[in-house]
Amino acid sequence: MTLYLLRRVLLAVVTLWILSIIVFFAGQVLPGDPGRAVLGPFAAERAVRAYDHQLGVDRPLLVQYFGWIGGLLHGNMGTSYTYRSPVEPFIASALANSGKLALLALVIIVPLGIAGGVVAAVYSGRIIDRVISLSGLAGSTVPEFVSGIVLILVFGIALKALPITAATDPGASFADQLDHLILPVIPLVLVLFGYIARMARAGTVEALDSDYARTAVLKGLRRRTMIRRHILRNSLLPTITVIATQTGYLIGGLVVVETLFNYQGIGRLIFNAANGKDFPMLEAGVLVIGVVYMVATLIADVLYTALSPRLRVGAAS
Amino acid sequence: MSADVAVPGEVTVAHAYAAPPASWRLLARKPAFVAGAGILLLWMACAVLGHLIAPYDPLAQQLLARNAAPSGTHLLGTDPLGRDVLSRVISGARDILTIAPLATLLGAVLGTALGLIMGYFGGIVDAVISRIVEAVLALPVVIVAFLFVVAVGPSSLTLIVVIGFIFTPLIARTVRTAVLIEGQQDYLPAARLLGERPAYIMIAEILPNVLPVIVVEFTVRLGYAIFAVATLSFLGFGVQQPTPDWGGDIAANYGLLGAGYWWETLFPALAIASVVMALNLVTDSIEQVLSS
Amino acid sequence: MTEQQADAEPGPRAVPAAGPTLRVEHLEITYRVRGQDRPVVRDVSFEVGRQESYGLVGESGSGKSTVALALVRYLARNGRVSGGSISINGLDPLGLSAARLRDLRARTVSMVYQEPSRALNPSIKAGRQIAEVFQIAGLDRASSLDKARDMLRKVQIADPGRAMDRYPHELSGGMAQRVVIAMALAAEPALLILDEPTTALDATVEAEILDLIAELRRELATSVLFISHNLAVVASMCDRVGVLYAGELVEEGTARQVFGEPAHPYTVALLHCIPRRGQRKDQGRLDAIPGFLPQPGRVTAGCVFAERCSLAADECRTAPPPAFPLGGWHSSRCYRHSEVAELPKTTVYEGGEPGQTARPVAPLVTISSLSKTFGTGQNAVRALANVNLKIWRGETLGLVGESGSGKSTLARTLLGLIPPDRGSVLELDGTALSASLPKRTLEQLKALQIVFQNPDSALNRRRSVRWLIARPLRRLAGLSGRRLAERLDDLIRSVRMEARQLNLRPGQLSGGLKQRVAIARAFGGGPRLVVCDEPTSALDVSVQAAILNLLADLQAKEQVTYLFISHDLGVVRYLSDRIAVLYLGRIMEIGPAEQVFAGPHHPYTEALLSAVPSLDGKRTERIRLTGEIPAAASPPSGCVFHTRCPRRLASGACEHAEPGLDEVEPGHFISCHIPFGELRRLQAPGIAVQVKDQAQK
Repeated sequence: MTLYLLRRVLLAVVTLWILSIIVFFAGQVLPGDPGRAVLGPFAAERAVRAYDHQLGVDRPLLVQYFGWIGGLLHGNMGTSYTYRSPVEPFIASALANSGKLALLALVIIVPLGIAGGVVAAVYSGRIIDRVISLSGLAGSTVPEFVSGIVLILVFGIALKALPITAATDPGASFADQLDHLILPVIPLVLVLFGYIARMARAGTVEALDSDYARTAVLKGLRRRTMIRRHILRNSLLPTITVIATQTGYLIGGLVVVETLFNYQGIGRLIFNAANGKDFPMLEAGVLVIGVVYMVATLIADVLYTALSPRLRVGAAS
Repeated sequence: MSADVAVPGEVTVAHAYAAPPASWRLLARKPAFVAGAGILLLWMACAVLGHLIAPYDPLAQQLLARNAAPSGTHLLGTDPLGRDVLSRVISGARDILTIAPLATLLGAVLGTALGLIMGYFGGIVDAVISRIVEAVLALPVVIVAFLFVVAVGPSSLTLIVVIGFIFTPLIARTVRTAVLIEGQQDYLPAARLLGERPAYIMIAEILPNVLPVIVVEFTVRLGYAIFAVATLSFLGFGVQQPTPDWGGDIAANYGLLGAGYWWETLFPALAIASVVMALNLVTDSIEQVLSS
Repeated sequence: MTEQQADAEPGPRAVPAAGPTLRVEHLEITYRVRGQDRPVVRDVSFEVGRQESYGLVGESGSGKSTVALALVRYLARNGRVSGGSISINGLDPLGLSAARLRDLRARTVSMVYQEPSRALNPSIKAGRQIAEVFQIAGLDRASSLDKARDMLRKVQIADPGRAMDRYPHELSGGMAQRVVIAMALAAEPALLILDEPTTALDATVEAEILDLIAELRRELATSVLFISHNLAVVASMCDRVGVLYAGELVEEGTARQVFGEPAHPYTVALLHCIPRRGQRKDQGRLDAIPGFLPQPGRVTAGCVFAERCSLAADECRTAPPPAFPLGGWHSSRCYRHSEVAELPKTTVYEGGEPGQTARPVAPLVTISSLSKTFGTGQNAVRALANVNLKIWRGETLGLVGESGSGKSTLARTLLGLIPPDRGSVLELDGTALSASLPKRTLEQLKALQIVFQNPDSALNRRRSVRWLIARPLRRLAGLSGRRLAERLDDLIRSVRMEARQLNLRPGQLSGGLKQRVAIARAFGGGPRLVVCDEPTSALDVSVQAAILNLLADLQAKEQVTYLFISHDLGVVRYLSDRIAVLYLGRIMEIGPAEQVFAGPHHPYTEALLSAVPSLDGKRTERIRLTGEIPAAASPPSGCVFHTRCPRRLASGACEHAEPGLDEVEPGHFISCHIPFGELRRLQAPGIAVQVKDQAQK
């Protein structure tokens, strides 16, 4: 088990390293001349040079990369071009805000998705299955800004039932914060419901089709008991991994949702950094998202291993 | 039948030793497929013949008819610059329906090649590419696209290349899995015993067998490509204004929702939703037919 | 004992006052496929008496498993019982309420099926799964677990306490099947349905499980419905037998009646096409049943077997025959049942030189110190350990052994599909064969080909038969244009297929035809040695004979050498000139087929032979292996077979030293510490049984 964990962490580190190269490439190599990008086309050539030198982007690529990665390792994620100050505080507060939104989405989506998938599987081939499967599929491919706008139109403007911005005044009560987060959360939930329900359904259908399900039924168990005792444990295990994978997409959705609902999260931070060509901020934000994703999948893998007897014993011996 | 007796799954009684009915004929019998394909064809017609169908020039501004509500003259109303929303929705099909399929095609071609190589050779090649795939996977497609589009500057070509490249490892992973399953089949050692070269085995022996997987993957990815293009446009990194574009138009106008000008935003949004739904109906049907 | 009575004197037996445990009357089952109802079971009636063991035999598509599932009302969603009735202990499962049905399943009937490891829930410990049965019956948790332990003891599992706490994947196939049986018998059901319970197991394990079932049945007084495709297994396990063909019960009677005096042409043909003990290719060809199994769900006007039957007359094709009673329990659905006994042999031997040709001076293939290790370090599994072997031109070398013995690994390293360990030497005609396939010359590639077990997997399903067969002709034989077309025509005819079938895809062919295509492909390049890796074990018995005949004919015509791998000893014996017995990657015995079979033989060979049930139902004179096949990753010290060897020497030599492969008779080698003379003395009764068996034929 420890050996497996060690291997898994090592792989995650390698993946992160590759990720850092991708981000570095996109953020520092492709833009060519950040000084020009920031100062605009009309700035004097000398000012641009000076600014580039100040940023350090006129150094050889390898030197830049190691400087950047070395900084990261020391918790120094760079200096924002726009704010001319370290990016960490911005990232931290944005991450906390996004965390609230993402957590709320997960709390809603995980039970809903699993229940939907299991119900669809148990009644597979019937109307309820088609409804769940198709609505899940539709939800997962309609972009968040489309569903978000429909929601704003219906609940925010036509019915005036919910606030259409997510941001609250500092010190707002929990209930107030929640109220503001309801509309933004729904597009995220819509996108993720399909994925999770689909996986849960596939796993459950497979388990229901299995010989051991037949064994359980022929033992004389009630169908309900059979599903609870014999099916769910086997069918939901793979869903854990999917949920973790989907956290990545969840954060992707945040960019749109936070922009649409004017919420100061990591997505909006990245969006603003991109618009302002604030590459250090952009890189840091993207990398942080990658780390969150890696940690989520790592936890999922460990959980999966711990819950699956096959792997648990296999790793121990 | 009582709930206790119901059994999932069906028994397929072997139907003769005869040719299975052609897949497309099975597809044509599915109402979901017909409906989806119909809607897609409609939008494709808009994409190709948009300038002939549209009642107005999508770029023509009518300063006297700004933010006009839907009426007989402007079926879907006008936007803040007095442009006809219907015409913009019709013309807006063109860019998204060009960029998304081309990007997906690029991803499918590269991904298939990579997946075949990973699955067939395994070993170090596989391990290295798998790491890269995982790293790309660690980021939401929209954010990676976003990062590169910001760095290079938005254009249709950039969108195609960036989305295509992001899809490449994703499709490669799916193809790889399919190839690994084929790899357990004995027709591969049989081919090796005839002295066939790896490239031949991959293309002539394995590829035909994993093609259904690639077709399904293509249609699924196409949905995400539309998703990604629309989202990037919405964020301002896709098709640039004033070119009519659904995502871009929504971004330009959604601020006016509060003022009650809902038509400028709603109709492009419905256009995106209808394309995506239609595509889903088609994908779902294809998947069902191929898996039966 | 009732079954012995039934065996001793076939005749009517008083049905116990309470009535039979199971009564099936005029059962009809249909599946709805693509909007059409397809009948898969038609008018099937039979009874299983109190404490009786009833066997249902049939090939694939005969509907035997469907019948079993209907009994417990577990048909797939598109299947339904469309007629007839079922009565288990007087209850009709089809008409019961959900609660009563659960009760029936919990107490009265239980079922064991083919793949034991899949029948168990992978994430629940074995003990808990058995205990669940007692909990359903109302016991509390602790006493349920105690009872589960008792059940495991009853099925004679090694170390029941530890087995309780194991997850299914930690159990071997044999142990898993014991757990399943324990679970099935826990509620002491009136009826136990066994659906191919040993088909997925190795021969020696199968023998153990069959013994266990026979023993428990006597002990628990349970009625048994035993479903199998294996005639010999049914013959040895059942009092009465029903033969299913295409969804109809064509013949029924006591085991002795059905297998001794069969009265339906299908039964006769089925019995004829199995190689009987001792039958060899040079003594004539096997009887094959012409044609194919009908597609399930097809409706025929007359007798279902008419189109494959040599006796079929007009009436057979117009009206379905009723079940003709033949006295006692015996009945046959054949108008011409009285003529069945004189049914002529269908296959005429087409020549070829019988007897052995003189052995050439040089071997075709020489294998020296061949080893193959999979994995490295602690996970290393030695699949082959220092194998030395010569294969002579034109002979068939049979390769025998249970799963994990290294048979397929040996064949695949020879073919170059997997590289052997360093130091291994492979030679063809005295020149070295490269371990890597791409480095072999065209001549070497042409020389070695293979016929795989499963033609579905071995043929690319997206390609036409023409493409599949033309490829080796192009690549290996270098043909093109008209010469290619001519050779293609020859080749397809030589495997007894027609030219028009060249345009079909594998999916449009039956299993037997697919295997013919695979054989044609193997012979396309003019091979000198063809590896046959279980070429008939994925096929139905009635198709197997035709494939074996084809292989024998091709060998006689083309002078090709076979390396023939099979777990079916009858099949191996029919085709092989010499036989090598493998155990854990080592050759235990190798020699002329007759000597290996007749003995004296290695104790492992002896065990393999006595694990094979015979059609006359005799289950005596066996040596039984105990324990599991050790993992190849950690083979036992000394002689690798010593952990299971019933003839292990008391001296301890077997545990400490690995015996050499010694020539005990000319050309006959055995790797055993027991002296040859001693083996002869120990195995003397075994010889007696075999002689008797031969005489009976």
